Amino acid sequence: MKFVHFLKGSGRLVTQGGRAYWLWMGALLVAIAIGAAGYTRQAQVGLIATNMRDQVTWAFYIGNFTFLVGVAAAAVLLVIPAYVYQWKPIKEVVILGELLAISAITMCLLFVLVDMGRPDRFLHILPLIGAPNWPRSLLAWDALVLNIYLAVNAVVVIHILYRGFNGKSYDKRVVVPLVLFSIPMAVGIHTVTAFLYNGMAARPYWNASILAPRFLASAFCSGPAVLLILFQVLRKATGLDIKDEAIWKVAELMSYAMFFNLFLLGAELFKEYYSATEHLLYTRYYWSGIGTHRALVPYAWLSLACSLAAFVLFLLPRTRRSWLGLNAGCILIWAGVYIEKGMGLVIPGMTPDTLGEIFEYTPTANEWMVAVGVFGIGFLVFTVLVKVAVPIMSGAFHSRAGGTAPAGEVG
Amino acid sequence: MTPPGRSLPVLPQASGEDVPAADPSRPGRRQFLRTALGGCAVASLSACGIEDFFRKHLHELSKDELARIVARIEKKASQKYGKNVTVSTAAARPGVQFAYGLDLSRCVGCRRCVYACVKENNQSRQNPQIHWIKVLEMEKARGVDVAHADAYYEAEKVPRPGHFYMPVQCHQCRNPPCVKVCPVKATWKEPDGIVVVDYDWCIGCRCCMAACPYGARRFNWAEPDLPASEMNPVTHYLGNRPRPRGVVEKCTFCIQRTRAGLYPACVEICPVGARKFGNLLDPGSEIRYVMERKRVFVFKEELNTEPRFYYFYAT
Repeated sequence: MKFVHFLKGSGRLVTQGGRAYWLWMGALLVAIAIGAAGYTRQAQVGLIATNMRDQVTWAFYIGNFTFLVGVAAAAVLLVIPAYVYQWKPIKEVVILGELLAISAITMCLLFVLVDMGRPDRFLHILPLIGAPNWPRSLLAWDALVLNIYLAVNAVVVIHILYRGFNGKSYDKRVVVPLVLFSIPMAVGIHTVTAFLYNGMAARPYWNASILAPRFLASAFCSGPAVLLILFQVLRKATGLDIKDEAIWKVAELMSYAMFFNLFLLGAELFKEYYSATEHLLYTRYYWSGIGTHRALVPYAWLSLACSLAAFVLFLLPRTRRSWLGLNAGCILIWAGVYIEKGMGLVIPGMTPDTLGEIFEYTPTANEWMVAVGVFGIGFLVFTVLVKVAVPIMSGAFHSRAGGTAPAGEVG
Repeated sequence: MTPPGRSLPVLPQASGEDVPAADPSRPGRRQFLRTALGGCAVASLSACGIEDFFRKHLHELSKDELARIVARIEKKASQKYGKNVTVSTAAARPGVQFAYGLDLSRCVGCRRCVYACVKENNQSRQNPQIHWIKVLEMEKARGVDVAHADAYYEAEKVPRPGHFYMPVQCHQCRNPPCVKVCPVKATWKEPDGIVVVDYDWCIGCRCCMAACPYGARRFNWAEPDLPASEMNPVTHYLGNRPRPRGVVEKCTFCIQRTRAGLYPACVEICPVGARKFGNLLDPGSEIRYVMERKRVFVFKEELNTEPRFYYFYAT
């Protein structure tokens, strides 16, 4: 009964909001409609609606998937500094990180689903009903760890919020072990995803042991970047107590992570260019192109420029403490890592293909539409979750108030 | 329906269509059809879609279930293409280890094998056109170097001076990276060495295509375009039966032919005799002759895939 009450109240919260909230929600619904139209067409004609072909068999969808796994992982990794530095709003940081993780994983699973040739056969990967190829297939592992990670985060969030709604504080025996478990899980999902590429000896660009460490380093940049912007928005809109020092500390940690990321990149580039074996081809395709095939070159340098600029902005105390510097840094990091861990990882791995053919891939409008839709769903999930969570955390939405909380501006 | 063709010396009892299945636990075709008819009645009662949705993995199906499924596939395909389509489930024969030899000094790059394969194996004819064999044109001066290979050479006359030709198709690896990565066990290695795909189990994730070092796997990006008049009705469940959209396919050494004692279509068509095929365990087979007398090599040997597909220079 109480849970129904909780759900009803949450529903009311989600449907209340100011102009900015509804504009944001409207934009998300439009994005989802665009995605639905794109996916409908893809479902009718098949994956030929994309520009993927036998030479480049994974592309934009899987690139987005890879980037978002990093976001999902890093959101929870932020819990570590929150504990270490004993920030005041530890509960808020944990919950917001987990909400972001839930949304990012939702998008990850959707990107895998839209990339499948036969999504109707998804049951085949389930134990008992299907035939998962454990322990050999990394994709089977990835499906397992992503779903466990989603479940763990969902349980923690629902538990904390539902207890908060009933005016009780959460049960430490439930939450603490699960949160502690979710930290290695976060490292796990990103490592398994890296291994998915890493294990393919046919693709020298991916078959480098530095791949998993690079994944983690770049994820430590991209995930917190979202949260930093979110912290500022929520602080303004809802009066959630997040100190400047906490935000600056995260920015500082991000600059170290970015340094490490750039260092690993440098290590890889040195090895490729100095040894200059036949495997250099893929790295060259990304950074300087092969002959007239240069589709990725501008993006490669743009990504490097963004990452370097963000590193400097977050390293210098003066710039990371100015709001302009901080937010510019967040956006630059997002752009830099999005290119590097998305198309910059997937496409050069497959170009040239294993028989030396260069097939230059660029996404079709249909692929963009589907991707916009998936991001729309992800942001919608996130917005709805935050809209319910924030009033509970601030104590405005609880069982006695009957769910008529003052609607905060979110988004 | 199968053209008589040259038969494999290793399987003298086999001739054309009346192939007894090697595994006595598997029913012969006639017996098989009889069982299938019964199954058909059951199948027609249940909605096909639902049954496909909850189907078990091929290796977990009982003989009856498999018979019912195959009968349904035969019925549907016969209706669709307007001919009597048969779907064999002939198993690997004991004592058979298939292997393939390709003589690079003979191949002239005429691509007859490519099109014979398309015809035999019911590949999509257009949008996109699917070929299981890719012939690479390379410069003699550079040797085997895929970075300078051209698969789209257009020549009035082949071979072109200064070039040699290297056809590439599934190498049927003993250590197949594609099988390892498949998340749902939709592809596996058969006892006679052929790597196969169950088109009704594949989820279309394309991991196997990323993992294959030989670019041998093809994906049905769209509904395959197979005109009824060109459809080859003699098929195998794991081979050339028509594929749906959204699944992966590849060369199976013409499983529907080789398990029936015939040579693969590409071997039969090759005008210069560059292609050799046979049972490695048979001392009299052509492939054993090649292995024992020629110097063979495998492509991308450093990847440790241990292909059953050998290249050699006979002259």
